[in-house]
Amino acid sequence: MKFRIYRYDPESGRQPYIQDFELQEVTPGMMLRDALLKLKEQDETLTFRHSCGEGVCGSDAMNINGTNGLACITPLKSLKQPVEIRPVPGMPVIRDLVIDMSQFYHHYRAVKPYLIVHDPEPEVEYLQTPQQREKLDGLYECILCGCCSTSCPSFWWNPDKFRGPAALLQAYRFLADSRDQAMGQRLEELEGPYRLFRCHTIMNCVDVCPKGLNPTRAINNIKKLMVKDMV
Amino acid sequence: MTLERRKFDTLVIGAGGGGLRASLQLSSADANVAVVSKVFPTRSHTVAAQGGINAALANVLPDNWHWHMYDTIKGSDYLGDQDAIEYMCRSASHLVYELEHAGVPFSRLDNGKIYQRPFGGQSQNFGGDQAARTCAAADRTGHAILHSLYQQNIRAKTHFFDEYFAIDLIKDQEGFILGALVLNIETGEPLLLEAKTTLLATGGAGQLFRTNTNAHINTGDGLGMALRAGIPLQDMEFFQFHPTGIAGKGMLITEGARGEGGYLVNKDGERFMERYAPHAKDLASRDVVSRAIATEVREGRGCGENGDYVLLKLDHLGQEVLKKRLPGISDTIKTFLHIDPAMEPVPVFPTAHYTMGGIPTNRHGQVVVPVETGEEEIPGLYAAGECACVSVHGANRLGGNSLLDIVVFGRAAGNDIIKFLKENRYHRPLDQDSVDKAMARLHRWDAKGEGETVAGLRAEMQATMEKYCGVFRTEEVLAEGVEKIIKLEQRMKDVRLQDHGRIFNTARIEALELENLMDLALATVVSAQARKESRGAHSRMDYPKRDDVQWLKHSLFFKEDRRLDYKPVTLKPISVDSFPPKERVY
Repeated sequence: MKFRIYRYDPESGRQPYIQDFELQEVTPGMMLRDALLKLKEQDETLTFRHSCGEGVCGSDAMNINGTNGLACITPLKSLKQPVEIRPVPGMPVIRDLVIDMSQFYHHYRAVKPYLIVHDPEPEVEYLQTPQQREKLDGLYECILCGCCSTSCPSFWWNPDKFRGPAALLQAYRFLADSRDQAMGQRLEELEGPYRLFRCHTIMNCVDVCPKGLNPTRAINNIKKLMVKDMV
Repeated sequence: MTLERRKFDTLVIGAGGGGLRASLQLSSADANVAVVSKVFPTRSHTVAAQGGINAALANVLPDNWHWHMYDTIKGSDYLGDQDAIEYMCRSASHLVYELEHAGVPFSRLDNGKIYQRPFGGQSQNFGGDQAARTCAAADRTGHAILHSLYQQNIRAKTHFFDEYFAIDLIKDQEGFILGALVLNIETGEPLLLEAKTTLLATGGAGQLFRTNTNAHINTGDGLGMALRAGIPLQDMEFFQFHPTGIAGKGMLITEGARGEGGYLVNKDGERFMERYAPHAKDLASRDVVSRAIATEVREGRGCGENGDYVLLKLDHLGQEVLKKRLPGISDTIKTFLHIDPAMEPVPVFPTAHYTMGGIPTNRHGQVVVPVETGEEEIPGLYAAGECACVSVHGANRLGGNSLLDIVVFGRAAGNDIIKFLKENRYHRPLDQDSVDKAMARLHRWDAKGEGETVAGLRAEMQATMEKYCGVFRTEEVLAEGVEKIIKLEQRMKDVRLQDHGRIFNTARIEALELENLMDLALATVVSAQARKESRGAHSRMDYPKRDDVQWLKHSLFFKEDRRLDYKPVTLKPISVDSFPPKERVY
């Protein structure tokens, strides 16, 4: 199987380039991560992040034949050859497929992704009906892989100001939580032309999310809450 | 070039649930905490825990912490320390409520309380009917807990060093731990983090085995560091094989799948667990179920062309239960096996899963080592979670007790550290010798030239461990295993890196990880050969019975001369009566 992989080593002084690789031994059921690990045995300098191998840790986001995805749950047989692999777009590259995610994490932290409760805590759990809890499904499962935000043109243009789909999904995860008591504050902090409203419903985020989540819907739900909050 | 130095009150190494629960406790108490993690915190392996966390909330069936304590002791095959187990089970409910208050999106019952499911080894009334003690967020409980803990640490303004790899502990002549030398993975620059206390929360070492449920990062780095600092490792022969890893691949299928009503069948369609555990059946302890599966396969009742697995039946549960309670494993099964668990049974086989052994600690998280009479603490050093051995899991961990272990002892360590900091207000002078030694470990990998490869040697080690230190063990096989691992370890000096870049050099990280793994492979196989009895996960075909007269004791493995020592099991709980060892049936 043939691969074309983006290479960049800042220490070499060389411009980024595409390197051809070939993998002889392809076994049934092999995932892209397995292939990359084999290629790394050929060339130890090939650099990428990865860990759990089952799509739950979110380490190995990369751009695979033009689409962002997780290498560990992308079957080789689903890919057209030569498989072109690049770092996810729009972020500074540290080396090869490893990107600097500082800005992505900054936006995540900025939406205060934690429960805010002002009342004294009960000595047992807060009660939450199954229906209230269901509102968190499709939100809490985010693994922060960055596939969505780095596929979003609005995020590419305004990476410093637009929170991006991943952070906004988290913002909504707490807005939707019946236990949270900071809705007004959360909505206020998302006002202005950029943080939330740079989303132009391009919906790349929905297409690429490896967990099947829908950030666009979450963003629309935040907009609806804002309208409701205003009247 | 001078080595960059930074000073903190406390250094936490590892940002899984144990590290983050500790750092949260410390940050909330205004201690100056640095958390070092070789991956971004939410990528730590706690994220992969599925089924849930045990606490006797009694939301579904009657329950209390004392029953939980009994089950845990029985599950441990009486090797667990009963004081620590009492402490853990008593704290459980409070800590689960705390997690819920921190935002963990637990699944809910109709009355709004936290959803709980039955899990293996759980009983009501000291061995009676099945209990339902495992609090769950669908089958993504670890994800839910880890993310919430990280989020709370953001709120508490904990200081994170993401993508830094810990090289070694720094220790002075009097035995105080002064922090650690770490490596900034992105820049390749070493950094000296001085701290009055250091907590190891680096997780387990599932990468010791070829087929495992663990992440690539689970290389037991903290255990390796402890060994090199002269600290022994406790009970390393006890490695848990999870009954239901996807056959041949290793991805975990939660015990919750059986908790929700799934069951195992052999090639004849027989529900074979009824023979091995007439009462608890598919919800017997993990060691019991894993041995049963391995026995079915050995005796020719395995499924498939090669008869090398059994089937986990879930199709009778219905789409609704799978979607609501087991969505994560349903996805995993579809992704990796291309089958729908609602339609077809799932091929499974016991898979290396959890390191019961580890760095010996007391129930305050303090690392303890034997001295002439009894044991004493290593000043300034703590350990919590899978890298530690308190020991609450003894010879076999119960499902749902690992998430509990990390929050209970992460918090306990945090609290004890706060106390230590009050009594030790100043940083001790740096020990340059110790720093030099740690730097030497790093620079060893600058050696150039041809040699063995990290990937090659790691694969050999993993295959050796799987073959010679698996579910069933004998003297002959273990002796051969020891010999082979010693030879592999000797070849480490011939390993050379081809990548000598500084920036984000993952090859170098993997070399450092392999050094840790190699020491742990030795610790595991040597401890296993020495223990001539069967207890929990350590199953000796040549010594099929548990031997409480000679072996009701913890093993301690020292790196120096591969020496073994032993210490007694704490049979005395804190406040209740002891549960003396008795025959263990499910």
